[in-house]
Amino acid sequence: MRDVAVVGFAQRQMAEFDGSPTCVELLVPLFAECYEQTGWTRRDIGFWCSGSSDYLAGRSFSFVQAVDAIGVIPPVNESHVEMDLAWAMYEAWLKIQTGEVDTALVYAFGKASAGVLRRTLALQLDPYTMTPLWPDTVSLAGVQARAGIDAGAWDERAMAEVANRSLTDAEKNEYSIRKGGSSVEELLSRPVYADPLRKHDCSPVTDGAAAIVLAAGDQAREVRDRPAWISGLAHSVDPISMGTRDLTRAPSAARAAAAVDLGGVELAELHAPFSHQELILRRELGLAEDVRINPSGGALTSNPMFSGGGIRIGEAASRIWSGEVSKAVGHATSGPALQQNLLCVLEGNI
Amino acid sequence: MTRTLSAPVTVAFDYTRSTGPVLGRFFTGLRDGQIVGGRTSDGRVVVPPPEFDPVTHEPLTEFVDVAATGTVTSWSWVPEPVKGQPFDRPFAWALVTLDGADTPMLHALDASSPDQVSTGMRVRVRWAEERVGAITDLACFEPVAGLDGVEPSEPGPDRARPQPRNEAATEQSRSADVSGVITPVSLDYIYAASPEESAFYRGLNQGRILGQRCPTCQKVYVPPRSACPADGTPTAEEVEVSQTGTITTFCIVNVPFLGQKITPPYVSAYVLLDGADIAVLHLILGVPAAEVRMGMRVKAVWKPEAEWTYSLENIDHFEPTGEPDADYDTYRDHL
Repeated sequence: MRDVAVVGFAQRQMAEFDGSPTCVELLVPLFAECYEQTGWTRRDIGFWCSGSSDYLAGRSFSFVQAVDAIGVIPPVNESHVEMDLAWAMYEAWLKIQTGEVDTALVYAFGKASAGVLRRTLALQLDPYTMTPLWPDTVSLAGVQARAGIDAGAWDERAMAEVANRSLTDAEKNEYSIRKGGSSVEELLSRPVYADPLRKHDCSPVTDGAAAIVLAAGDQAREVRDRPAWISGLAHSVDPISMGTRDLTRAPSAARAAAAVDLGGVELAELHAPFSHQELILRRELGLAEDVRINPSGGALTSNPMFSGGGIRIGEAASRIWSGEVSKAVGHATSGPALQQNLLCVLEGNI
Repeated sequence: MTRTLSAPVTVAFDYTRSTGPVLGRFFTGLRDGQIVGGRTSDGRVVVPPPEFDPVTHEPLTEFVDVAATGTVTSWSWVPEPVKGQPFDRPFAWALVTLDGADTPMLHALDASSPDQVSTGMRVRVRWAEERVGAITDLACFEPVAGLDGVEPSEPGPDRARPQPRNEAATEQSRSADVSGVITPVSLDYIYAASPEESAFYRGLNQGRILGQRCPTCQKVYVPPRSACPADGTPTAEEVEVSQTGTITTFCIVNVPFLGQKITPPYVSAYVLLDGADIAVLHLILGVPAAEVRMGMRVKAVWKPEAEWTYSLENIDHFEPTGEPDADYDTYRDHL
């Protein structure tokens, strides 16, 4: 296996982006930041891969238009996934493993505010027995949250603790669109919205984009004194049916965890769009009590569709670069109620 | 003035899918007022039946009728329903394990407040008035008053709500098995143009054609783009281009199609406006189709100003200027 590291990361997050859903306007400055961080030009990038979905904002072939932000004369080696940035990164990592390229810039974008996100996401459900009913994302998370409450796996206080810590940490993150911790008691005194969920248990609808730069071996060392080396990368999927799996667990997260070495992880950036989902993930990953969770504030405070997962990896990588931690894990999820889970283990020393 | 122009847009499509033998059996059952589960290799009865066994991966072949009554195993309240959901007023989603089944299924539960819903409560199916063989034939679940806390029993006709026995339903039950479902999908958006596109459409609303110039390669894009697709450089400079240009290539439309606005034959052409580096596709009128040629000089013919809006359709068509044809070399790089 080739040693591959995260060496660049840039992000934009906002409650409402008033520009085109192609997001070229956001991507151009993101790429500029990546060139600045690496000292490269676009011609130094061996492979490009993006993540987006036209369903999000109703603009057909938005990923084709987004390529404008790269500039494609001479032509570029480019691909796309209808998945989060983290999965685009997975494809790029594989591409580097093949030996065909040594560097990659992956990016993702989404303008969720153009439609009704929790409704649009019903299109990712079983098209025969679920989509025709339009079960919305918040409700499916609510069903999952109650299953855990009923089973005694967690309670509303534990969920509020997650929210309070996230809102407090988000105060230090310029990109978080919801911030300001108070106390567990104060959060629990707020009205229940989608019983059993309160609004702060649900990630806010977020527009945004992000980019991650990967490099192999010496090219990574040339960019950073302390690259964030990818020592493990795995993802797994659970059945889509809400009725045939134990909603209080995420077997796919446990399976991904078993495929990587989480020993010694000091920091975890977990992509948990709903507060109780962080509790599920901590259990499935077997994270120790002293592992720092989501210092960025996490997805509960800002969750741009299609980049919210990859941002977790970028946030974790930036804390490796700075020397703050030596080993971290970035997690991304996709699908309803933690159906799909990806883990990316990053280390400062290999 | 807002930074960008935006407008509502609806994207809609009716998805037509074949059901295959397993889901076909399930939907045929729904149409006929019977909920059908499937028995998996571990002995469990799963509703809706999975097409393939989750353990052996063999096609599922054993079907089991289950009751139209069951027990809520989890639920969530919907304070603000979205379009297309079973109710347009607050309701609950519930996982319901039907009597005779081992796994729950998701559907709506009719209740007027979350106080009326609880895990463990007994519910029964409310059938849709008209059933076609789709998941929506099951309109929702509804509470079974007075049965809360009663242990589920084996499926039986005494527990199920009386099934409709009108002529239409009887006729339906005799018809062939369901082999397909049609799911209409309609999504509403607010579509925004980029700042550069917004300037373009605002220009058209004033009878002008605006592009953007790439500071790197100096090419002028009409309609404008936020970044030069060749260089990736943001296009910073707004440029007004001429309303006269050259036909670079064209096609004669001879084939009638649904929604066609002009009687064939007519000409669609790429027009390279003077001062632009990208041709725009438009209609050529005022000349017999057979006389249109590459290099022909044409000019924009605008609709009456009263009809202008934020659209390229403000230009009704292009027509010949009568000038001599342009030299091939002037547009050879734009083909």
